[in-house]
Amino acid sequence: MMNRTFETDREKVLDGVLSVESILEYFLQRIASENGRINAFIDVDTGAREAARRVDVSLAEGTDLPLAGMIVGVKDVLAREGKPLSCASNMLAGFTSVFTATAVERLEAQGAVVIGRTNCDEFAMGSSNENSIHGPARNPHDTDRVCGGSSGGSAAAVAAGLCHVALGSDTGGSVRQPAAFCGTIGLKPTYGRISRSGLVAFASSLDCVGPIANTVGDVAAAMQFMAGHDPKDATSSVNEVPNYRGGLPDPGTLRVGIPNEYFADDLPTSILRAVEQSKGRLKEAGVEFDEVSLPNTPLGVSTYYILACAEASSNLARYDGVRYGSRSSVSQTDEANGIADFYARNRTAGFGEEVKRRLMLGTYVLSAGYYDKYYARAQAARRLIKNDFDKVFESVDVLLTPVTPTTAYPIGTRKDRVLETYQEDIFTVTANLAGIPAISVPIGTDDEGLPVGVQLLSHHFNERSLLALAGELLSESNKR
Amino acid sequence: MSVTIEDVRRVARLARLSFTDEEEKVLVNELATILEYMEQLSEVSLVGEMDSPEPEEPQPALRPDETELPISREDALKNAPVTSGEYFEVPKVIQ
Repeated sequence: MMNRTFETDREKVLDGVLSVESILEYFLQRIASENGRINAFIDVDTGAREAARRVDVSLAEGTDLPLAGMIVGVKDVLAREGKPLSCASNMLAGFTSVFTATAVERLEAQGAVVIGRTNCDEFAMGSSNENSIHGPARNPHDTDRVCGGSSGGSAAAVAAGLCHVALGSDTGGSVRQPAAFCGTIGLKPTYGRISRSGLVAFASSLDCVGPIANTVGDVAAAMQFMAGHDPKDATSSVNEVPNYRGGLPDPGTLRVGIPNEYFADDLPTSILRAVEQSKGRLKEAGVEFDEVSLPNTPLGVSTYYILACAEASSNLARYDGVRYGSRSSVSQTDEANGIADFYARNRTAGFGEEVKRRLMLGTYVLSAGYYDKYYARAQAARRLIKNDFDKVFESVDVLLTPVTPTTAYPIGTRKDRVLETYQEDIFTVTANLAGIPAISVPIGTDDEGLPVGVQLLSHHFNERSLLALAGELLSESNKR
Repeated sequence: MSVTIEDVRRVARLARLSFTDEEEKVLVNELATILEYMEQLSEVSLVGEMDSPEPEEPQPALRPDETELPISREDALKNAPVTSGEYFEVPKVIQ
């Protein structure tokens, strides 16, 4: 079945052939029939029908709403006023947001309708969506397999045709990796391109909001309106937002680098084949290729997990069971042995296993006697990784790499392999460390019929070249 | 890199977390495995990088220092597990 795209539906809405409400109804029915199988949505928004009707009324009144007809799923780490927000954690069971994330607010202001919250790993920590109090979201291509993570529900929802676009967050690959596992497109924008206001903080120097969709046009449409400076996020860029929806660079004018550090000997042939196939398609479009080197790539996983966990240990300190967060029943009945003990009881009861592991790791690397050995060195290594990219982008515009070292694996098979699971983030974490944009593009399937993705990366604020090449890779003439 | 039970307990106290004996044993192994891998950062020369000044980052865009209405008291209290009137309520923790 072909999934509906916003681009096509938008034309019909503007022509008056389709109402926004009817598009919403279609997706609500899809969710009703499919979500039991894949668990991509945690809930359906009770206000969605009313919101869709309001957009239809505004259109009838002649209001210009460029995203009218867009139906969006929102990862359960983005706040929406008056709506529940759980971060897939017991810690936030029963929490209701008191304001709306800027990224979501901007889409809604242009006529997009939020259909519900999508499943994810707890506090966006994980790469399989198995760390969720809502149970794992499943891969629509094979429901015994993971859909990736942490924005797994978002990717699964888009792949299964349950919404046009879904928002994810990407701290170390959490938009791109599930997009690759599910056969959708996922864009991690430049750090600061989209406001983080209303995105629950995991690692603030790495976190990015990013769109997942089935077409480059739908990704671009969402980007166009989410991007831009926001006074509520001082790290959001004041750079002008360029046109993502048209006038993209001609692929033939672009030079693409293949970094040899991203091609380990043990990569599966299906992934190597996808990269080769992509190279072939781009060559036909006139793209020139160079072999390049990013020598510090092997430091990526260590650097990332030290910095991300350190930042998380600070960011998640706020969940203490006083102002919000769950309070352990023990804390209520039994007098705690001091305030630290009271916090510990609440946090121990509220957080899941992976979150606790990362908080322990993050606290360890920041603790007395270890700061210089881990955190300070990771900061320096981060700079080396960024310098590698800066240097390479003096000679090429874009890099082509794998997204993941494997395709989607069976649910439950990585449980006791913590370090190996972290190491599988090797191809995605570097973009976050350098703050550069990267996109995951679906290129065919492996021998078992599971989607394979390739990754394109570029220098800061050059999302346009990524969209141009992604568009070329997925153009009609390149579809088999 | 060896991690001891005492290390795990010390870090757990700092992180405001507690673990069962069984969980502590698992964490000793997991942290040791991960930290041993991270030793790779000790093996590369970062001397120049660690001494060099912070790279120039884009200046954050500051907003005008104008008073805005924060969230209301009612909203601020809405998600608290236990409240009493206008306050967050916690059990007695000072002996």
